[in-house]
Amino acid sequence: MLDVTNLHARAGDREILRGIDLKVGTGEVHAIMGPNGSGKSTLAGVLAGRPEYSVTGGTVLFDGQDLLAMDPETRAREGLFLAFQYPVELPGVNNAYFLKAALNAVRKHRGEEELDAMDFMTLVRDRMKLLDIEPAMVNRPVNEGFSGGEKKRNEIFQMAVLEPRLAILDETDSGLDIDALKIVAHGVNALRSPERSTIVVTHYQRLLNYIVPDYVHVLSDGRIVRSGGKELALELEEKGYGWIEEPEGLGIRA
Amino acid sequence: MSTGTETIERLAQQEYRYGFTSNVEADLAPRGLNEDTVRLISAKKHEPEWLLEWRLKSYRAWQTLKDPDWANVKHDPIDFQQIIYYAAPKKRQALDSLDEVDPEVRRTFEKLGIPIEEQKALAGVAVDAVFDSVSVATTFKDKLADLGIIFCSFSEAVQRHPDLVRRYLGSVVPHSDNFYAALNSAVFSDGSFCYVPKGVRCPMELSTYFRINAKETGQFERTLIVADEGAYVSYLEGCTAPMRDENQLHAAVVELVALDNATIKYSTVQNWYPGDKEGRGGIYNFVTKRGKCLGVNSKITWTQVETGSAITWKYPSCLLMGDNSVGEFYSVAVTNNWQQADTGTKMIHLGRNTRSTIVSKGISAGHGQNTYRGMVKIAKNASGARNYSQCDSLLIGDQCGAHTFPYIEIKNTSSQMEHEASTSKIGEDQIFYCRQRGLSTEDAVNLIVSGFCKEVFRELPMEFAVEAQKLLGVSLEGSVG
Repeated sequence: MLDVTNLHARAGDREILRGIDLKVGTGEVHAIMGPNGSGKSTLAGVLAGRPEYSVTGGTVLFDGQDLLAMDPETRAREGLFLAFQYPVELPGVNNAYFLKAALNAVRKHRGEEELDAMDFMTLVRDRMKLLDIEPAMVNRPVNEGFSGGEKKRNEIFQMAVLEPRLAILDETDSGLDIDALKIVAHGVNALRSPERSTIVVTHYQRLLNYIVPDYVHVLSDGRIVRSGGKELALELEEKGYGWIEEPEGLGIRA
Repeated sequence: MSTGTETIERLAQQEYRYGFTSNVEADLAPRGLNEDTVRLISAKKHEPEWLLEWRLKSYRAWQTLKDPDWANVKHDPIDFQQIIYYAAPKKRQALDSLDEVDPEVRRTFEKLGIPIEEQKALAGVAVDAVFDSVSVATTFKDKLADLGIIFCSFSEAVQRHPDLVRRYLGSVVPHSDNFYAALNSAVFSDGSFCYVPKGVRCPMELSTYFRINAKETGQFERTLIVADEGAYVSYLEGCTAPMRDENQLHAAVVELVALDNATIKYSTVQNWYPGDKEGRGGIYNFVTKRGKCLGVNSKITWTQVETGSAITWKYPSCLLMGDNSVGEFYSVAVTNNWQQADTGTKMIHLGRNTRSTIVSKGISAGHGQNTYRGMVKIAKNASGARNYSQCDSLLIGDQCGAHTFPYIEIKNTSSQMEHEASTSKIGEDQIFYCRQRGLSTEDAVNLIVSGFCKEVFRELPMEFAVEAQKLLGVSLEGSVG
């Protein structure tokens, strides 16, 4: 599904990613963990095509296609979804209207018929039920005046409607209390499927109690320094990131 | 396109029965303006003596007035002696097919989703199919006439309804009101007249009729709408299709009069040629629009979407004279490239318990300069008057400007006034967010802009709101990314 090789990227003249290698297979859930400033959100942003980052080396294949050659909207239409760490407010833009435009852009790209308002609302109602979203949220302006928890749920709701092939959740747990966290995790789990791959970017192990990953990667200083199964997350929780960053940790990377 | 509207107009009106006749030899007045020019115009239009006198009075007033210099716009001085103030409507060559139309114009038509037949009409292509719309127009006219509604060109009204015209002309915008209004009063070419009799609710948006039937009115258009007691009318001026014109200066006057319990909704979509990307050419649109809520419980609503013109100078205003009368102003003004707009409203509260609402949305992109200028005046006797004003500016890019000049004058203690203002920018993060969901940059900007303008769009007649939204998209094309 996703094949990242020796990826280097910078923001301005600061190099942030210094050679990332990552393979995500179809249907897999990967967690990317790491201390603040290690490059987690940059990796998510580079994969989605955030314009403030420039890729200085390496390749990324998405289903065999050169992801880095695509503009952000093409990546989205090809099925890459980023749940934002800080979802953006679009004042006055109706949530349902926004989603319909997005969904139809994706469908058009795939050569499918655009959904009309009726079919779209049927789909939306179905997804609302799945995620326990109250109808009012759908008719509010996108993220405007939403609480932190509502914004994150709205991201997952959008994901449920758009049905991406690869979902990247960028610190979706940040700023959430435990109840909100459970709701969001429930949504993500409900959308797990053998066709969909997920990358969960998180600072804390906590989220991984609810979204159990197949693989865990530890990012430090722009490189993946450890990879393992879900037990790696627990180990990190116990020992902290300092353990990874120590010199003997570096030895393991090779 | 003016060519096309003229074609349609001529068909609908059967050779312009009033105003221009074949026994006048010259087609063009000599360049420049003096009393003879005014007399010539009046004579060509076979106007009654009182109207000639009124024009002359206006001309004399104009000579004493000064070109306003307070607006936040810059342009070279206009040489009023270089303008031709009278030209008989030209018979233009009809085009054979749409292929002959400027591709740029066609592209815009397509973006706006204007039906093919209507495109032809607008672009001045010789058509058969559009004759449907002519018959539709005729049907409308019959229906309106059955209800006693008068709706015709200004020249026609002068001939057929001189008493009404005489009673109300200049009653809202006096002949000497301001430089451009005085100029218009002296030399106005043509325009529209509408009278809705007592208790009659005009059953259709005059928009549907107007869009394909807009008049070739030249640069000095004059509109007068009177809603008698208990009457209702919704009137839509303008066209979303790009309007080009050889005349650079447009100085129109619109007067609205609402008697007891009457309501007038006046909506404008203005898309005059804004000049090219370097700011060359483009229309100067210097307009005086004012409504008088003369009767108790009367209501006037101005809704405008201004995307065109190189320079826009207009302040659709309400004189709230009748007790409990209501004035509303909803505006979207877009300036892109080198466009300048200085626009807003005046709400003058004279009657008791009068209410006004102002919602102004300014969008600046490119090197555009957008100014909101508004006045709320509450007179001593206007006890219990209320005003709510909201002025929002949206900036796209970092070369443009937004300016707000609210003037407030309150002379009694029982009135309430609220003013809210905001300035925001379309952020890179907003655009990226939309793109990450699969929308193109262009669609993202359109979406964000229409969200910003929502409160104004919902005041427009439904069908037009959709068009206005598309129009904004076209106007802002290329402003981001």
